[in-house]
Amino acid sequence: MKATLKLFATLSKYLPAEARKTSCIDLELATGTTLLELIAQYRIPPDLCALMLVNGVFIPPGDRVTRILSEGDTVAIWPPVGGG
Amino acid sequence: MTWTKNVLRVNLTTGTCTAEPLKMEWAQQYLGQRGLATKYLVAETDPKVDPLSPENKMIFATGPLTGTPTATGGRYSVITKGPLTGTIACSNSGGYFGAELKFAGWDMVIFEGRSPKPVYLLIEDDQAKLLDAAHLWGKTCWETEETIKKHHQDPQIRVASIGRTGENGVLFAGIVNDLHRAAGRSGVGAVMGSKNLKAVAVRGTKTDAYRPADPDAFAKAVAAGKVILAANGVTGQGLPTYGTQVLVNVINESGAFPTRNGRDIQFEGARAISGEAMHEKRPTDGKANLLTNSACFGCTIGCGRISKMDPNHFSIKDKPQYRGASAGVEYEAAWALGAATGVADLETLTYANFLCNEDGMDPITLGSTIGAAMELYELGILTKEETGLEMPFGSAEAVVKLAEWTATGEGFGKVIALGSKRLCAKYGRPELSMSVKGQEFPAYDGRGLQGMALEYATSNRGACHVRGYMVSPEVLGIPVKMDPEATEGKAPMLKAFQDLTAVVDSAGICLFTTFAWSATDIQSQIQAACVGDWSLEKLLLMGERIWNLEREYNNAAGFTAKDDTLPPRMLTEPAKTGPHKGKVAELGKMLPEYYQVRGWTPEGVPTPETLVRLGL
Repeated sequence: MKATLKLFATLSKYLPAEARKTSCIDLELATGTTLLELIAQYRIPPDLCALMLVNGVFIPPGDRVTRILSEGDTVAIWPPVGGG
Repeated sequence: MTWTKNVLRVNLTTGTCTAEPLKMEWAQQYLGQRGLATKYLVAETDPKVDPLSPENKMIFATGPLTGTPTATGGRYSVITKGPLTGTIACSNSGGYFGAELKFAGWDMVIFEGRSPKPVYLLIEDDQAKLLDAAHLWGKTCWETEETIKKHHQDPQIRVASIGRTGENGVLFAGIVNDLHRAAGRSGVGAVMGSKNLKAVAVRGTKTDAYRPADPDAFAKAVAAGKVILAANGVTGQGLPTYGTQVLVNVINESGAFPTRNGRDIQFEGARAISGEAMHEKRPTDGKANLLTNSACFGCTIGCGRISKMDPNHFSIKDKPQYRGASAGVEYEAAWALGAATGVADLETLTYANFLCNEDGMDPITLGSTIGAAMELYELGILTKEETGLEMPFGSAEAVVKLAEWTATGEGFGKVIALGSKRLCAKYGRPELSMSVKGQEFPAYDGRGLQGMALEYATSNRGACHVRGYMVSPEVLGIPVKMDPEATEGKAPMLKAFQDLTAVVDSAGICLFTTFAWSATDIQSQIQAACVGDWSLEKLLLMGERIWNLEREYNNAAGFTAKDDTLPPRMLTEPAKTGPHKGKVAELGKMLPEYYQVRGWTPEGVPTPETLVRLGL
């Protein structure tokens, strides 16, 4: 199934070099892939994933193990960020 | 030094500078800076005063932690009645000016009257005098600061000044200190200009005046605070590396990034104007927009951006003076000058931001007003004949030209100078102003973040994001995660945030510390620094007192519950895309509860019981 992964700020380095300019990569995932499995696939340290959105909706840390991705999902992840 | 216990009163009409003791009984109730200066303003002025008349007063105020080793202890605020809104105005700035004022031995400076001719105030420790500013009038903030330092042969003088916008009465003119830090919002620079006061120049050498109430406890509390800031992911890494600009992608992905005057809620060009983009090499010259970060006095975070533009960018091709390093865009400026206008060119935004710093303009109101004018243009209500240029959404040329004209007071810039409320009313479409009480809302869309909708509607200085910052719980999950679409629970959380923010703004520290510091972390530093009982309970009650004092001022100025609202677009036009597609701001579900938790009547007026409880 197709999905999109967006990694921002210091997490951009976990994207392939050619994808860093857009912070974004299109994926082909096995059906049933969970958020946590996706993070592991890209070797992103889970403790750096402070903010995770699927299709713009916040995913609580406790749900990352069980959250199964669907066709067309967009996953966006940030390290700890703030501003104003 | 906590409080110096000295107030400098400057009567611009008579040209006199007088020292007087700080009212310590008020300091015990209002701490300093925002709270204490508000108390002075309320006591000394009529809330119905014309903001640009000599009868309005303007106060530069520090907090007890300003100029101390507390991390970020360099803040000062300008408190007055604002010309953009007609509400109380309180604009907070960093840099080094506030600490210098403290080192000169002053907690605050109260300006009253109007000088018959342009002057600037020079403070050298105990000595204060008004000097002729005829040679400075017509100069930018950057030129003014340089000229004053050269004239007095002292590069360590700190200067806060107005640019040409403040002189010209631009209703969102700010006061710029240290070249690119600003008391930016609500038009405090226009008040300064109306008083014929060009600048305040300060040199303070009283470093021995720093006397915390409990030096050992203070040293420990300050050190502990710095450890917390360094260890926290936001204040220790996120803000220094990407600045506030990291939020562009966060808020856009979250579906709450007002775009093209709020027609849209997500911007397709967000990535190109983001904090990430500032780090990347430009294809044109192979260099990144961002040079480095920067910090204000005593700050261990360092969120400031220092940028250098592409020298071949169309906006500065013939302007070598803008090719050096200067303050780059921060989140609100990038949003307003970019998403609100539909312009996705980082270099254009950087140039317009340089102009905002150079001549003292609030980039939020500037960008939002240009966005509103662009919508009027697209609707055919404004024409090229009237404005002097084509200005559809997305026109970088229009943003550049309108920013230049507003700074210099030329052409259609004189209309942009009114702010969006007056501009849209002038052309018969008042509903197209994305403002509350006359002040434009910043970079978060209330249709996506219900708590922010309530915050905009109830902020005492018109729409504002630093009077509570519900983005923290609604997006970032700090201190707890709240559903951004929920209306339940937003009123009490917002009240708590608003009251705590009033404490922070009255202490002399930066609001960004609260990404890491708890209320207790702040309380322990205030308690060790200041004489008296500064328990957490007392501080939060004080924050509530300040909020209600501001509200009472606005009510006396003529504002009512009907002003606690949002532009019709936010209330009736559903979000078109993103996770909040179909949503509008559900203010009606939150406002009654907000009045209730505040102890106000259904008409938004503090009850007698509330006023007694708060000692008002």
